[in-house]
This record gives sequence, structure tokens and C-alpha cells, in this order.
Amino acid sequence: MKPRQKRVMFILVGIAAVGLAVGLVLNALDKNVSLYFTPTQVFNDEAPHGRSFRIGGLVEEGSVQREADGLTVNFAITDTSKRIPVVYKGILPDLFKEGKGVVAQGKVGPDGIMHADEVLAKHDENYMPPEAADALKKAASANPAVESK
Amino acid sequence: MIPEIGHFSLIVALFLAACLGLLPIIGAARNDAVLMAIARPLARGQFVFLTIALGCLVYAFVSNDFSVLYVAQHSNSQLPVVYRISAVWGGHEGSLLLWAFILGAWTLAVAIYSRHLPDEMVARVLGVMGFVAVGFLLFMLLTSNPFDRLLPAAADGRDLNPLLQDPGLVIHPPMLYMGYVGFSVAFAFALAALLGGKLDTTWARWSRPWTTVAWVFMTLGIALGSWWAYYELGWGGWWFWDPVENASLMPWLLGTALMHSLAVTEKRGAFKSWTVLLAIAAFSLSLLGTFLVRSGVLTSVHSFAADPKRGIFILSFLVVVIGVSLLLFAWRAPKVGLGGKFDILSRESLLLSNNVLLSVAAASVFIGTLYPLFMDALGFGKLSVGPPYFHAVFVPLMVPMILMMGLGPLARWKKIGGLELAKRVRWAFLSALVIALMLPFVMGTWTAMIALGLLLAFWIIATMLLGLRDRLLGRSDFLQRVRNQSLSYYGMQLAHLGVAVFIIGVTLVKGYETERDVRMDVGDTVSAGGYVFRFDGVREIEGPNYIGGRGHVVVTKDGQAVTELYPEKRQYNVSGMPMTEAAIRTGLLRDLYVSLGEPIPGSDGAWAVRIYIKPFVDWIWAGCVLMALGGILAISDRRYRIHSKRSGAKLGNVLEEKTA
Repeated sequence: MKPRQKRVMFILVGIAAVGLAVGLVLNALDKNVSLYFTPTQVFNDEAPHGRSFRIGGLVEEGSVQREADGLTVNFAITDTSKRIPVVYKGILPDLFKEGKGVVAQGKVGPDGIMHADEVLAKHDENYMPPEAADALKKAASANPAVESK
Repeated sequence: MIPEIGHFSLIVALFLAACLGLLPIIGAARNDAVLMAIARPLARGQFVFLTIALGCLVYAFVSNDFSVLYVAQHSNSQLPVVYRISAVWGGHEGSLLLWAFILGAWTLAVAIYSRHLPDEMVARVLGVMGFVAVGFLLFMLLTSNPFDRLLPAAADGRDLNPLLQDPGLVIHPPMLYMGYVGFSVAFAFALAALLGGKLDTTWARWSRPWTTVAWVFMTLGIALGSWWAYYELGWGGWWFWDPVENASLMPWLLGTALMHSLAVTEKRGAFKSWTVLLAIAAFSLSLLGTFLVRSGVLTSVHSFAADPKRGIFILSFLVVVIGVSLLLFAWRAPKVGLGGKFDILSRESLLLSNNVLLSVAAASVFIGTLYPLFMDALGFGKLSVGPPYFHAVFVPLMVPMILMMGLGPLARWKKIGGLELAKRVRWAFLSALVIALMLPFVMGTWTAMIALGLLLAFWIIATMLLGLRDRLLGRSDFLQRVRNQSLSYYGMQLAHLGVAVFIIGVTLVKGYETERDVRMDVGDTVSAGGYVFRFDGVREIEGPNYIGGRGHVVVTKDGQAVTELYPEKRQYNVSGMPMTEAAIRTGLLRDLYVSLGEPIPGSDGAWAVRIYIKPFVDWIWAGCVLMALGGILAISDRRYRIHSKRSGAKLGNVLEEKTA
């Protein structure tokens, strides 16, 4: 091959590789981004059906109930305005506590209950997951009466 | 008084760094021998004062001086001494001081081990490193001084985050920082070469050992972090694609690319511009990593109090560093030239494709990590990118990369015949394929992913054996041939073997792990993966700074005792934070992993218990250790020996003429 052809070849191969990579990334992002919603949004039916998403807020006081198998836990996530019941089977993170921030990921069934396959509470006692903080802020600004309570 | 000495030393170090960042570079530009010659003493002085500063902070921690705000926030009188020392880098301010100290140490190392370099090169390299140090010291003194006083002094400290009270975490940050900051040397060499307008094979030869050392530290640092996450976070994963982990993976990927591209630049004089760009990008990503981790943009165990002033400072620093170096690159690189020619199928082209794949992999991690930040900043709402994204992108990129990794060491420089190469490796490929297809049947379950992973691992091993056979077996004496190969050749093969071991670990643990979350009453048994676990209850324990419960689990296989495990659940006195301490029995072929969930209310001593069997999980870290050992072997090569009697500079000049 002449040097010119060679260079064209290198460039073509390069472009093909980059194109392939961009395609991969976009496709993977499209499929695997999990959107986040507040309990109020879920209550208003703004969340997608049949697709996994995240919901953030506080673990409602007094809502945590364990079933007899010791592993299935029922609780509710609240943004102080609306509450969404969650069911999760498995061991909860150390810092999962009533009244503390939490993020759950899963699908909401037709019964309005979120079947979570992941529950996150973060590493630090005083740390509030940004999603949870955001949910509280939104609920407070939408309904000032809640804040004064 | 001691903290004030520390504070004062930091100011002196900043002054020395500023001189180091300016005078030698001016000296090199004006060819002023005096200005160039002060680079080394300045580097030494900077290191001395940084050491004093770090020493003062360590002293404040060890002596429980809670009149220092940073100590009061991160330590406690109950804390064991070793964790008081590691608490020095358990927070934002102290870890910055560690960063600056390590940068000072690297600068000193360059000043000492550069006798054979031309003066203006030394002046420029040390100057660039001084410039970087100015940024960090300024940042520390303006926004995050570790020596700030707390008046009146606190009676006792707030304690170190219990997650960080662990031997692994005593050395993980310094290791990782050695890597992060080590890339500053390659960066400084690249900028110095650009400043001098002389990018030649000597430059590549000088940068290579430094880059490899940094890469070795980084590999070990990341492996330590992953190992820590595995046994300390209590849920048995070894990599979470957490933004903070990604922040260290990105410079690692680029650093790996840089090492390989430097090899081509040294041996063949090719890829010069690309190598310079990689050096700039690798260090920029190190800085970005620091920014992501320390600014509080990403919240996790690594990030500390979010203060927008800090974020803005690091961001502007980042812009200055990247901007200046890219400008310099744009201005100077056209002079650099492209270097040696090579064919579309050659060792160069294989290495180049590998480089591109590694860079694209780094870019895809970058996108996945920053995408949520951008979307949030642009007001599109909050979202998160989970591990499935990274798996979906990473696997297709790594498959061709590993396939080429097998071919690279076998291929000749400049030009190879595709058919000839295919003929040479056909048996290696076939045997790898057969093993990969058969082995999963022996192990129990066959899936395409397991077979693919094994194929890649055995492909590396088979091609490696092929390469060794071609080099070592022949008519002449075997031992003589063994001795004739360079250490860097063995180092390369060892590091590649590490990759194979790593892949085996990842593939088998993913394919064959057993995970069970169960409720266990006292005396209950659970069988998993051929093992029987009996739960003998939890009793109370008291540690130096925590209280908790210790479970007792007896493991048997076919009626024979295997081991007894003691997982713990702790509650730390000062912070009140609960912690799960998993109990792990490690083994060559599998780990037994038990951790306690929570006690089940209303039962008679029953607990939720998590039981894992993790086959081959330790191979993951063993692979990383092999890679690091390979790196160490490679830099022990005679070519890089600093005290060699032949003058390296002279040798370099000869080579330069040859390639020119």
C-alpha cells in the first residue's frame, strides 16, 4: 500500500472504532440509566410502569415491619407529603433506620407497592442521599404547610 | 505551638514551590546555569518543610491535641494509636497534606535520580512539578488548612469513621496517592520535553521507569481498595462502579496505555504526540479524580464536607493545568514529527489499537461517571448510571483488547504477515478454545460468559507460553537463553499473566458464586455450595472503642469440620455508628464469607445471616499483585539502572542519532 492509502486506512479504522464505541455507550446508557422520582411523583403516576427506577426520601417512622421469615421487610418511603410502601427481601444496610434518608430501586406493581431489589443508605450517619434531600425539598416547596409542621 | 510550626512549614514550602515553579524554567529558557542549578536544592528544601508539616500533624493526632480542629473532627482518645496515625489522611485537609507530601517526595526522587539528565531537562521537570505543588499548597492554605485551631479546645474528638478503622485503609490512601501523584512525573517529563521542543527516544526512556513505578503503586492501591470493600462493606462485592472507584480506574487505564505507548516511542520513535497527550490526560484525570473525590460533588465514604469554595478552586486549577498543557501541546507538537513508519499489521499497530481501546474504555467510564452530574447540572433531573451500563460497555471493549494483547508480544515491529502470524498462533488459540469450552462442564455450569472469560484468560496464557518457547528453546544452551532475555521482557510476561489470573478470578466468581440471605435460629444449619453452615448464636463482646455481638458459625463439608467463623456486628461508642465485620475464610479455590444482618425481633436469638461462597475471588487481587510485580521486574532492567557506569545521556544521544 502507498503511504497515502495507508493513512486513509488508519483513519477509516479509527472512525469505525470510535463510531462503534459511541454506539455502545449510547445504547448502554439508554438501557441502564435509572431515573429517580420522589414519592409525590410516583403517587401522581409520573413514574414509568414495568421499568425499574429509584425513589428517595425518608423511612417513615413506625412503618418498618419484618415478616416471620426474618428477611422480608415492609416499610414506607415518604417525602413528608406522600408515602409509597416498599417491600424488600434481603439484608438491609447498616444505616437503614426509621426517620433516616433512604433510596430504593425497583419496580412499582399495579398494587402501588414498590418491589425493591436494592435499598441504599449511605456510609455516614449524618449523610443524606441527595435524592432523598431533593424529595424533601420539593415536597416542602409544593406544600408549605408541611414545612411549618 | 507544634501546629503553628506545621502551618508555618506549609507556608515556607509554598514559597519554595513557587520559586521552583518559576526560576528553573526561566533559567532553562535563558540558558542560565545558576537559575537551573537551584532546582535541586529547592526540591530538597520543599520536601524537608513538607515533612515537618506532616510530622506536626501526625504528632497532633498521636498526642490527642483536640485544640486542632481537624484532629477533633477525625480522632478520639479511645482510638488505637495506629488508627490515630491513619486518621491523618482520614479527612479532607489531611489527605491533601498527604498528597502534597507525596508530590514533594516524587520531586525529591526526581532531583536525586536524575544525575544523568541534561541540566535544562532537570530544571524543567522539577519546575513543572513545583508548579503543580504551588496549586495544591495554595489550595490547602486558602481553603483547607489542617492546622486550624479550635478554641476552646474540644474535650474529646468526634472519632474516625469506623469504616476507615481498618488495616487495609491504613495503607490504601498512601498507595493510591503514590500512583495518582506519580503520574505527575510523566506529565512533567512530557511538558518539559514540549517546552524544550525535543521529544525524542531519550525522553521516552527517561519517563518510562517513572511511569511504571507510578502505575505499580496505582495498581496496588486500587487492588487494596477493592479488597477492603470486599471484606469491610459486608456484602461481598469487589467492585461497585462507584464514582470514586471510577475516579481511580480512569487514570489507571490511561496510565496503562501510556506505559505501552512509551515503549513504542522508546523503541521505535513512533507515537510521540500520542504519548505526550496520554501523559497529559493521565495526570489530568488524576487531578480530576482528586476533584471528584474531595470536592463533595460525589458523595460517598471518600468525600468530606462539601464546600463550594473548594470545588471551585480545584476546578479552576484543573482548567489551568489542562489548558496550559494543551496549549503548549498545540504550540509545540507540530514540531515533534510522527516518528518511525509502520505497517497496518505490525506490533506498533497492535499497540496503537490497544491504546485506543484503553482510552475509549477510560472515556466510557468517564461518561458513565459524569453523565448524572451533567444531567443534574443542566436541570434534567437526577438519575444514576448503574453497574449494568459499565458491564455492557466494558466487556465488548476488553474482548478485542485482550485478543490483541496475546498477539502483541509475538508480533514483529514495522510489519508482519497476517497469515504467518495466524499460523503461528493457531494452536495456542485452539487449545485455549478447547479448554474454555470444556472447563465449565467440569465446574458444573456452562454459560457463554464463563466460556468467553476463560477463553480470554487461556488465550493470554497460551500465547505467553508460545512466546517463551520461541525465545527460550532452541539449539543453543537453554540457561544461556534464559539469561539473555531482558528483565523487562519477563516483567511484561508476568504482568500479562496477572491479567489472565485476574480474568479467571472475575469470570469464576461471577459465574459460580453462591449467595444466600437466610434467617438462622441458634443451631440452624444452611447448606450452600457443598458446605454446611451451623449457626451457634451471637454473644456480646467489647472492643477498645466499640461494643457489639460476635456470631459463631461452624462450617463442615461432608461431615468434616472445615473452619469456624466469627462475624461481628459492632456499634462504635463515639459516633454510634453500626458496622458489619464479615468473617472470611480465604482459600486458593474459594472464599467462605459470613456476615451478620440484624437480630430478628421477637425470636430467641435468631439473626438474619448472609452466607456467600466465592470461588476464585482471591485470584482477582492475586492478578493485580502479579501485574505490579511485573512492573517492578520491568523497571529493574539494566537499561534503566540509574547507577550504571555508562552515562545514560550519552547512550541516549547515540540512540537519538540512530533514529533521527
